[in-house]
Amino acid sequence: MHDDDTSMQELVRDDSSRKRFLKMMGGTGAAAFSIFVAACGEDEKPKKSGASSSSAAGAGRKRDLEIVQYALTLEHVETDFYDAVIRSGVIKDKALAATAAMIRDNEQEHVDALTAAVKNLGGKPQKPQTSFDSVIKGGAKKVLETAAAVENLGAAAYLGQAARIQSKEILAAALSIHTVEGRHAAALNKAAGKSILPDGAFAKPASMNEVLPQVKPFLKETS
Amino acid sequence: MKSPELGSIDVQGMTRQSFVVRGAVAAGTVYGVSAVAPFVSETLAQEGGGDVDILNFALTLEYLESTFYEQALKDVKGLGGDAMEVAKTLRANEAEHVDALAEAIKGLGGTPVKPPGVDFGGAFASQAAFLKTAQTFEDLGVGALNGAAPNIKSKAVLGSAGSIVQVEARHAAAIRELNGQPITEAAFDKALKEPQVLQAVKPYVKS
Repeated sequence: MHDDDTSMQELVRDDSSRKRFLKMMGGTGAAAFSIFVAACGEDEKPKKSGASSSSAAGAGRKRDLEIVQYALTLEHVETDFYDAVIRSGVIKDKALAATAAMIRDNEQEHVDALTAAVKNLGGKPQKPQTSFDSVIKGGAKKVLETAAAVENLGAAAYLGQAARIQSKEILAAALSIHTVEGRHAAALNKAAGKSILPDGAFAKPASMNEVLPQVKPFLKETS
Repeated sequence: MKSPELGSIDVQGMTRQSFVVRGAVAAGTVYGVSAVAPFVSETLAQEGGGDVDILNFALTLEYLESTFYEQALKDVKGLGGDAMEVAKTLRANEAEHVDALAEAIKGLGGTPVKPPGVDFGGAFASQAAFLKTAQTFEDLGVGALNGAAPNIKSKAVLGSAGSIVQVEARHAAAIRELNGQPITEAAFDKALKEPQVLQAVKPYVKS
Protein backbone atom coordinates (compact mmCIF):
# COMPACT_ATOMS: atom_id res chain seq x y z
CA MET A 1 0.00 0.00 0.00
CA HIS A 2 2.78 2.37 0.88
CA ASP A 3 4.51 1.34 -2.31
CA ASP A 4 1.44 2.21 -4.30
CA ASP A 5 1.03 5.55 -2.57
CA THR A 6 4.62 6.44 -3.35
CA SER A 7 4.22 5.48 -6.98
CA MET A 8 1.21 7.67 -7.31
CA GLN A 9 2.94 10.61 -5.71
CA GLU A 10 5.64 10.32 -8.29
CA LEU A 11 3.13 10.17 -11.09
CA VAL A 12 0.75 12.81 -9.85
CA ARG A 13 2.34 15.87 -8.35
CA ASP A 14 -0.85 17.12 -6.88
CA ASP A 15 -1.14 17.97 -3.22
CA SER A 16 -4.64 16.68 -2.88
CA SER A 17 -4.51 16.56 0.90
CA ARG A 18 -5.02 20.29 1.10
CA LYS A 19 -7.99 20.30 -1.17
CA ARG A 20 -11.53 20.03 0.03
CA PHE A 21 -13.19 16.82 -0.93
CA LEU A 22 -16.53 17.31 -2.53
CA LYS A 23 -19.27 14.90 -1.88
CA MET A 24 -19.17 12.19 -4.52
CA MET A 25 -22.75 12.45 -5.65
CA GLY A 26 -22.97 16.21 -5.41
CA GLY A 27 -20.93 17.35 -8.37
CA THR A 28 -21.93 17.94 -11.92
CA GLY A 29 -20.02 15.02 -13.37
CA ALA A 30 -20.18 13.59 -16.84
CA ALA A 31 -23.47 11.98 -17.67
CA ALA A 32 -22.00 8.54 -17.97
CA PHE A 33 -20.56 8.65 -14.50
CA SER A 34 -23.84 9.83 -13.02
CA ILE A 35 -25.63 6.94 -14.65
CA PHE A 36 -23.54 4.23 -13.14
CA VAL A 37 -23.21 5.95 -9.80
CA ALA A 38 -26.99 6.20 -9.68
CA ALA A 39 -27.19 2.45 -10.20
CA CYS A 40 -25.50 1.95 -6.84
CA GLY A 41 -28.52 3.12 -4.90
CA GLU A 42 -29.15 5.98 -2.57
CA ASP A 43 -29.02 4.13 0.70
CA GLU A 44 -25.32 3.51 1.02
CA LYS A 45 -23.45 6.70 0.55
CA PRO A 46 -19.94 7.02 1.87
CA LYS A 47 -19.39 8.78 5.14
CA LYS A 48 -19.29 12.50 4.66
CA SER A 49 -16.44 14.54 5.99
CA GLY A 50 -18.75 16.03 8.55
CA ALA A 51 -18.77 15.96 12.33
CA SER A 52 -17.21 12.53 12.71
CA SER A 53 -14.46 13.03 10.17
CA SER A 54 -11.47 10.99 11.26
CA SER A 55 -7.98 10.97 9.88
CA ALA A 56 -8.56 7.38 8.73
CA ALA A 57 -11.60 8.42 6.69
CA GLY A 58 -9.62 11.35 5.30
CA ALA A 59 -6.79 9.03 4.34
CA GLY A 60 -9.32 6.74 2.64
CA ARG A 61 -10.70 9.59 0.58
CA LYS A 62 -7.23 10.75 -0.32
CA ARG A 63 -6.39 7.26 -1.48
CA ASP A 64 -9.62 7.04 -3.49
CA LEU A 65 -8.59 10.21 -5.31
CA GLU A 66 -5.16 8.78 -6.01
CA ILE A 67 -6.70 5.58 -7.33
CA VAL A 68 -9.14 7.47 -9.56
CA GLN A 69 -6.29 9.65 -10.89
CA TYR A 70 -4.23 6.51 -11.50
CA ALA A 71 -7.13 4.94 -13.41
CA LEU A 72 -7.54 8.16 -15.39
CA THR A 73 -3.87 8.07 -16.35
CA LEU A 74 -4.22 4.50 -17.61
CA GLU A 75 -7.35 5.37 -19.57
CA HIS A 76 -5.59 8.36 -21.16
CA VAL A 77 -2.76 6.06 -22.22
CA GLU A 78 -5.27 3.64 -23.75
CA THR A 79 -7.28 6.33 -25.53
CA ASP A 80 -4.14 8.01 -26.88
CA PHE A 81 -2.85 4.64 -28.02
CA TYR A 82 -5.96 3.83 -30.08
CA ASP A 83 -6.06 7.38 -31.43
CA ALA A 84 -2.47 7.07 -32.61
CA VAL A 85 -3.06 3.63 -34.08
CA ILE A 86 -6.20 4.69 -35.93
CA ARG A 87 -4.49 7.86 -37.22
CA SER A 88 -1.53 5.86 -38.50
CA GLY A 89 -3.68 3.51 -40.56
CA VAL A 90 -1.39 0.66 -39.61
CA ILE A 91 -4.31 -1.75 -39.12
CA LYS A 92 -5.52 -2.84 -42.56
CA ASP A 93 -7.91 -5.54 -41.38
CA LYS A 94 -11.34 -3.89 -41.44
CA ALA A 95 -12.90 -5.91 -38.62
CA LEU A 96 -9.92 -5.29 -36.39
CA ALA A 97 -9.92 -1.58 -37.23
CA ALA A 98 -13.60 -1.44 -36.26
CA THR A 99 -12.83 -3.17 -32.97
CA ALA A 100 -10.05 -0.68 -32.29
CA ALA A 101 -12.42 2.21 -32.97
CA MET A 102 -15.06 0.76 -30.66
CA ILE A 103 -12.58 0.16 -27.86
CA ARG A 104 -11.18 3.65 -28.37
CA ASP A 105 -14.66 5.10 -27.80
CA ASN A 106 -15.09 3.03 -24.64
CA GLU A 107 -11.76 4.32 -23.29
CA GLN A 108 -12.74 7.90 -24.08
CA GLU A 109 -15.93 7.43 -22.06
CA HIS A 110 -13.82 6.07 -19.20
CA VAL A 111 -11.57 9.14 -19.44
CA ASP A 112 -14.58 11.46 -19.33
CA ALA A 113 -16.12 9.68 -16.35
CA LEU A 114 -12.87 9.48 -14.39
CA THR A 115 -12.05 13.12 -15.14
CA ALA A 116 -15.39 14.07 -13.62
CA ALA A 117 -14.73 11.78 -10.66
CA VAL A 118 -11.34 13.36 -9.95
CA LYS A 119 -12.96 16.80 -9.99
CA ASN A 120 -15.78 15.63 -7.74
CA LEU A 121 -13.22 14.36 -5.25
CA GLY A 122 -11.58 17.78 -5.23
CA GLY A 123 -8.60 16.84 -7.37
CA LYS A 124 -7.12 18.28 -10.54
CA PRO A 125 -7.34 15.77 -13.41
CA GLN A 126 -3.89 14.97 -14.82
CA LYS A 127 -3.31 14.12 -18.47
CA PRO A 128 -0.04 12.44 -19.39
CA GLN A 129 1.86 13.20 -22.60
CA THR A 130 2.15 9.99 -24.58
CA SER A 131 4.02 8.59 -27.54
CA PHE A 132 3.44 5.30 -29.33
CA ASP A 133 5.74 5.84 -32.31
CA SER A 134 7.95 2.87 -31.53
CA VAL A 135 4.95 0.53 -31.33
CA ILE A 136 3.37 1.78 -34.53
CA LYS A 137 6.69 1.53 -36.39
CA GLY A 138 6.70 -2.13 -35.38
CA GLY A 139 3.73 -2.82 -37.66
CA ALA A 140 0.23 -4.28 -37.31
CA LYS A 141 1.29 -7.39 -35.40
CA LYS A 142 3.23 -5.41 -32.84
CA VAL A 143 0.32 -2.98 -32.48
CA LEU A 144 -2.15 -5.80 -31.88
CA GLU A 145 0.10 -7.50 -29.33
CA THR A 146 0.61 -4.19 -27.54
CA ALA A 147 -3.13 -3.51 -27.53
CA ALA A 148 -3.79 -6.91 -25.97
CA ALA A 149 -1.03 -6.37 -23.40
CA VAL A 150 -2.35 -2.93 -22.48
CA GLU A 151 -5.91 -4.22 -22.02
CA ASN A 152 -4.81 -7.15 -19.88
CA LEU A 153 -2.73 -4.74 -17.83
CA GLY A 154 -5.66 -2.35 -17.48
CA ALA A 155 -7.98 -5.11 -16.29
CA ALA A 156 -5.36 -6.31 -13.78
CA ALA A 157 -4.80 -2.72 -12.62
CA TYR A 158 -8.47 -2.19 -11.79
CA LEU A 159 -8.62 -5.55 -10.05
CA GLY A 160 -5.54 -4.62 -8.05
CA GLN A 161 -7.23 -1.49 -6.69
CA ALA A 162 -10.73 -2.84 -5.99
CA ALA A 163 -10.07 -3.83 -2.39
CA ARG A 164 -8.26 -0.55 -1.68
CA ILE A 165 -11.18 1.71 -2.63
CA GLN A 166 -13.09 3.16 0.30
CA SER A 167 -16.15 4.67 -1.38
CA LYS A 168 -18.80 2.21 -2.50
CA GLU A 169 -19.74 4.47 -5.39
CA ILE A 170 -16.19 4.65 -6.68
CA LEU A 171 -15.83 0.90 -6.21
CA ALA A 172 -18.99 0.27 -8.22
CA ALA A 173 -17.73 2.58 -10.94
CA ALA A 174 -14.32 0.91 -11.01
CA LEU A 175 -15.93 -2.52 -11.24
CA SER A 176 -18.15 -1.46 -14.13
CA ILE A 177 -15.06 -0.30 -16.02
CA HIS A 178 -12.98 -3.29 -14.89
CA THR A 179 -15.20 -5.84 -16.60
CA VAL A 180 -15.28 -3.82 -19.82
CA GLU A 181 -11.47 -3.83 -19.80
CA GLY A 182 -11.72 -7.59 -19.30
CA ARG A 183 -13.95 -7.86 -22.36
CA HIS A 184 -11.50 -5.81 -24.41
CA ALA A 185 -8.62 -7.96 -23.21
CA ALA A 186 -10.38 -11.19 -24.17
CA ALA A 187 -11.24 -9.95 -27.67
CA LEU A 188 -7.76 -8.61 -28.36
CA ASN A 189 -6.08 -11.70 -26.93
CA LYS A 190 -8.17 -13.78 -29.31
CA ALA A 191 -7.29 -11.54 -32.24
CA ALA A 192 -3.61 -11.82 -31.30
CA GLY A 193 -3.85 -15.61 -31.18
CA LYS A 194 -3.50 -15.78 -27.41
CA SER A 195 -5.73 -17.33 -24.73
CA ILE A 196 -8.75 -15.24 -23.75
CA LEU A 197 -8.00 -16.34 -20.18
CA PRO A 198 -4.26 -15.95 -19.55
CA ASP A 199 -4.76 -16.47 -15.79
CA GLY A 200 -7.24 -19.35 -16.07
CA ALA A 201 -10.46 -19.27 -14.03
CA PHE A 202 -9.24 -16.55 -11.64
CA ALA A 203 -7.92 -13.26 -13.03
CA LYS A 204 -4.79 -11.92 -11.36
CA PRO A 205 -4.53 -8.38 -10.00
CA ALA A 206 -1.58 -6.04 -10.50
CA SER A 207 -0.43 -3.32 -8.10
CA MET A 208 0.50 0.22 -9.12
CA ASN A 209 4.14 -0.76 -8.74
CA GLU A 210 3.66 -3.57 -11.22
CA VAL A 211 1.60 -1.54 -13.66
CA LEU A 212 3.34 1.84 -13.82
CA PRO A 213 6.73 0.60 -15.11
CA GLN A 214 4.91 -1.08 -17.99
CA VAL A 215 3.13 2.16 -18.88
CA LYS A 216 6.21 4.34 -18.53
CA PRO A 217 7.67 3.61 -21.98
CA PHE A 218 4.60 5.33 -23.45
CA LEU A 219 4.90 8.47 -21.32
CA LYS A 220 6.84 11.49 -22.52
CA GLU A 221 8.71 13.64 -20.05
CA THR A 222 6.87 16.90 -19.56
CA SER A 223 8.90 20.06 -19.55
CA MET B 1 -5.72 -24.01 -13.05
CA LYS B 2 -6.29 -25.95 -9.85
CA SER B 3 -6.40 -24.29 -6.49
CA PRO B 4 -3.50 -25.57 -4.41
CA GLU B 5 -4.19 -27.40 -1.17
CA LEU B 6 -5.19 -25.13 1.66
CA GLY B 7 -2.27 -26.29 3.76
CA SER B 8 0.26 -25.07 1.25
CA ILE B 9 -0.61 -21.45 1.88
CA ASP B 10 0.74 -20.04 5.07
CA VAL B 11 -1.92 -17.51 5.89
CA GLN B 12 -1.64 -18.20 9.61
CA GLY B 13 1.83 -16.79 9.84
CA MET B 14 0.97 -13.43 8.34
CA THR B 15 -0.12 -10.41 10.28
CA ARG B 16 -3.62 -9.21 9.64
CA GLN B 17 -2.35 -6.03 8.05
CA SER B 18 0.13 -7.60 5.72
CA PHE B 19 -2.40 -10.21 4.72
CA VAL B 20 -5.28 -7.87 4.05
CA VAL B 21 -3.24 -5.17 2.42
CA ARG B 22 -0.88 -7.14 0.29
CA GLY B 23 -1.73 -10.80 0.45
CA ALA B 24 -5.47 -10.98 0.35
CA VAL B 25 -6.17 -9.89 -3.15
CA ALA B 26 -3.18 -11.68 -4.56
CA ALA B 27 -3.79 -14.92 -2.70
CA GLY B 28 -7.52 -14.83 -3.23
CA THR B 29 -7.27 -14.24 -6.90
CA VAL B 30 -4.28 -16.33 -7.79
CA TYR B 31 -5.25 -19.39 -5.81
CA GLY B 32 -8.99 -18.97 -5.70
CA VAL B 33 -11.25 -18.03 -2.87
CA SER B 34 -10.40 -21.27 -1.08
CA ALA B 35 -6.94 -20.04 -0.22
CA VAL B 36 -8.18 -17.13 1.81
CA ALA B 37 -11.13 -18.80 3.43
CA PRO B 38 -9.43 -20.18 6.58
CA PHE B 39 -7.96 -16.81 7.49
CA VAL B 40 -11.19 -15.02 6.84
CA SER B 41 -13.13 -17.40 9.04
CA GLU B 42 -10.89 -16.70 12.01
CA THR B 43 -10.73 -12.95 11.80
CA LEU B 44 -13.90 -11.83 10.14
CA ALA B 45 -16.42 -14.41 11.26
CA GLN B 46 -18.58 -11.87 13.04
CA GLU B 47 -18.88 -9.73 9.93
CA GLY B 48 -19.40 -12.72 7.67
CA GLY B 49 -23.21 -12.97 7.52
CA GLY B 50 -23.69 -10.61 4.62
CA ASP B 51 -20.71 -11.96 2.75
CA VAL B 52 -21.99 -15.52 3.06
CA ASP B 53 -25.31 -14.48 1.54
CA ILE B 54 -23.55 -12.73 -1.34
CA LEU B 55 -21.26 -15.70 -1.91
CA ASN B 56 -24.24 -18.06 -1.91
CA PHE B 57 -25.95 -15.85 -4.48
CA ALA B 58 -22.82 -16.03 -6.63
CA LEU B 59 -22.60 -19.78 -6.04
CA THR B 60 -26.15 -20.29 -7.31
CA LEU B 61 -25.28 -18.47 -10.52
CA GLU B 62 -22.07 -20.43 -10.96
CA TYR B 63 -23.97 -23.69 -10.42
CA LEU B 64 -26.42 -22.62 -13.13
CA GLU B 65 -23.61 -21.77 -15.55
CA SER B 66 -21.58 -24.84 -14.79
CA THR B 67 -24.60 -27.15 -15.22
CA PHE B 68 -25.56 -25.29 -18.37
CA TYR B 69 -22.21 -25.99 -20.07
CA GLU B 70 -22.08 -29.53 -18.70
CA GLN B 71 -25.43 -30.33 -20.30
CA ALA B 72 -24.64 -28.33 -23.43
CA LEU B 73 -21.58 -30.45 -24.16
CA LYS B 74 -23.78 -33.53 -24.08
CA ASP B 75 -26.98 -32.23 -25.64
CA VAL B 76 -26.38 -29.40 -28.12
CA LYS B 77 -27.10 -30.62 -31.62
CA GLY B 78 -24.29 -29.85 -34.02
CA LEU B 79 -21.96 -28.34 -31.43
CA GLY B 80 -18.47 -28.07 -32.85
CA GLY B 81 -15.50 -25.91 -33.71
CA ASP B 82 -14.84 -22.77 -31.70
CA ALA B 83 -18.22 -22.99 -29.96
CA MET B 84 -17.38 -26.42 -28.55
CA GLU B 85 -13.90 -25.37 -27.48
CA VAL B 86 -15.29 -22.32 -25.68
CA ALA B 87 -18.01 -24.42 -24.04
CA LYS B 88 -15.35 -26.80 -22.69
CA THR B 89 -13.24 -23.97 -21.31
CA LEU B 90 -16.20 -22.24 -19.74
CA ARG B 91 -17.47 -25.44 -18.17
CA ALA B 92 -14.09 -25.96 -16.53
CA ASN B 93 -13.88 -22.34 -15.33
CA GLU B 94 -17.38 -22.33 -13.87
CA ALA B 95 -16.71 -25.59 -12.05
CA GLU B 96 -13.61 -24.01 -10.49
CA HIS B 97 -15.69 -21.01 -9.47
CA VAL B 98 -18.25 -23.32 -7.85
CA ASP B 99 -15.55 -25.11 -5.85
CA ALA B 100 -13.85 -21.90 -4.77
CA LEU B 101 -17.09 -20.20 -3.72
CA ALA B 102 -18.32 -23.25 -1.79
CA GLU B 103 -15.03 -23.44 0.10
CA ALA B 104 -15.07 -19.73 0.82
CA ILE B 105 -18.59 -20.01 2.25
CA LYS B 106 -17.53 -22.88 4.49
CA GLY B 107 -14.48 -20.90 5.53
CA LEU B 108 -16.75 -18.08 6.66
CA GLY B 109 -18.74 -20.55 8.74
CA GLY B 110 -21.64 -20.65 6.31
CA THR B 111 -23.38 -23.45 4.46
CA PRO B 112 -23.10 -23.53 0.68
CA VAL B 113 -26.46 -23.63 -1.08
CA LYS B 114 -27.33 -26.76 -3.01
CA PRO B 115 -27.26 -26.70 -6.81
CA PRO B 116 -30.58 -25.42 -8.12
CA GLY B 117 -32.81 -27.67 -10.20
CA VAL B 118 -32.51 -26.59 -13.79
CA ASP B 119 -34.44 -26.66 -17.03
CA PHE B 120 -32.76 -24.96 -19.96
CA GLY B 121 -35.73 -25.47 -22.25
CA GLY B 122 -34.86 -25.14 -25.92
CA ALA B 123 -31.36 -23.80 -25.29
CA PHE B 124 -29.72 -26.96 -26.61
CA ALA B 125 -31.82 -27.34 -29.77
CA SER B 126 -29.03 -25.87 -31.88
CA GLN B 127 -25.60 -24.32 -31.54
CA ALA B 128 -27.14 -20.91 -32.23
CA ALA B 129 -29.71 -21.37 -29.45
CA PHE B 130 -26.97 -22.49 -27.07
CA LEU B 131 -24.75 -19.49 -27.83
CA LYS B 132 -27.66 -17.09 -27.41
CA THR B 133 -28.46 -18.45 -23.94
CA ALA B 134 -24.75 -18.58 -23.03
CA GLN B 135 -24.48 -14.87 -23.81
CA THR B 136 -27.42 -14.17 -21.52
CA PHE B 137 -25.82 -16.14 -18.69
CA GLU B 138 -22.37 -14.58 -19.02
CA ASP B 139 -23.62 -11.00 -19.26
CA LEU B 140 -25.90 -11.73 -16.33
CA GLY B 141 -23.00 -13.10 -14.31
CA VAL B 142 -21.02 -9.91 -14.91
CA GLY B 143 -23.92 -7.67 -13.90
CA ALA B 144 -24.79 -9.77 -10.87
CA LEU B 145 -21.28 -9.78 -9.41
CA ASN B 146 -20.69 -6.12 -10.24
CA GLY B 147 -23.93 -5.33 -8.43
CA ALA B 148 -23.16 -7.45 -5.38
CA ALA B 149 -19.45 -6.76 -4.96
CA PRO B 150 -19.63 -3.26 -3.44
CA ASN B 151 -21.61 -4.74 -0.53
CA ILE B 152 -18.93 -7.30 0.30
CA LYS B 153 -17.32 -6.52 3.65
CA SER B 154 -14.19 -8.65 3.51
CA LYS B 155 -11.42 -7.27 1.33
CA ALA B 156 -10.25 -10.80 0.61
CA VAL B 157 -13.69 -11.91 -0.55
CA LEU B 158 -14.02 -8.74 -2.63
CA GLY B 159 -10.71 -9.44 -4.34
CA SER B 160 -11.82 -12.95 -5.15
CA ALA B 161 -15.19 -11.81 -6.46
CA GLY B 162 -13.35 -9.31 -8.66
CA SER B 163 -11.10 -11.98 -10.04
CA ILE B 164 -14.12 -14.14 -10.90
CA VAL B 165 -16.15 -11.33 -12.46
CA GLN B 166 -13.31 -10.39 -14.79
CA VAL B 167 -13.27 -13.97 -16.03
CA GLU B 168 -17.04 -13.85 -16.55
CA ALA B 169 -16.55 -10.69 -18.61
CA ARG B 170 -13.93 -12.45 -20.73
CA HIS B 171 -16.37 -15.32 -21.25
CA ALA B 172 -19.09 -12.85 -22.24
CA ALA B 173 -16.83 -11.23 -24.82
CA ALA B 174 -15.82 -14.57 -26.33
CA ILE B 175 -19.42 -15.78 -26.60
CA ARG B 176 -20.55 -12.44 -28.03
CA GLU B 177 -17.91 -12.68 -30.74
CA LEU B 178 -19.18 -16.13 -31.67
CA ASN B 179 -22.66 -14.62 -31.87
CA GLY B 180 -21.43 -11.81 -34.12
CA GLN B 181 -22.37 -9.32 -31.39
CA PRO B 182 -20.32 -6.38 -30.08
CA ILE B 183 -18.11 -7.56 -27.20
CA THR B 184 -19.74 -5.05 -24.88
CA GLU B 185 -23.05 -3.23 -24.86
CA ALA B 186 -21.52 -0.07 -23.46
CA ALA B 187 -18.37 1.44 -21.97
CA PHE B 188 -19.67 0.60 -18.49
CA ASP B 189 -21.04 -2.80 -17.53
CA LYS B 190 -24.36 -2.51 -15.78
CA ALA B 191 -24.57 -3.48 -12.14
CA LEU B 192 -27.66 -5.60 -11.54
CA LYS B 193 -29.52 -5.89 -8.28
CA GLU B 194 -30.25 -9.33 -6.88
CA PRO B 195 -34.03 -9.31 -7.65
CA GLN B 196 -33.28 -8.42 -11.30
CA VAL B 197 -30.85 -11.32 -11.54
CA LEU B 198 -33.20 -13.79 -9.90
CA GLN B 199 -35.98 -12.70 -12.26
CA ALA B 200 -33.69 -13.26 -15.24
CA VAL B 201 -32.67 -16.78 -14.21
CA LYS B 202 -36.21 -17.79 -13.20
CA PRO B 203 -37.05 -19.43 -16.55
CA TYR B 204 -34.12 -21.83 -16.08
CA VAL B 205 -34.62 -22.74 -12.41
CA LYS B 206 -36.91 -25.58 -11.37
CA SER B 207 -37.85 -25.61 -7.71
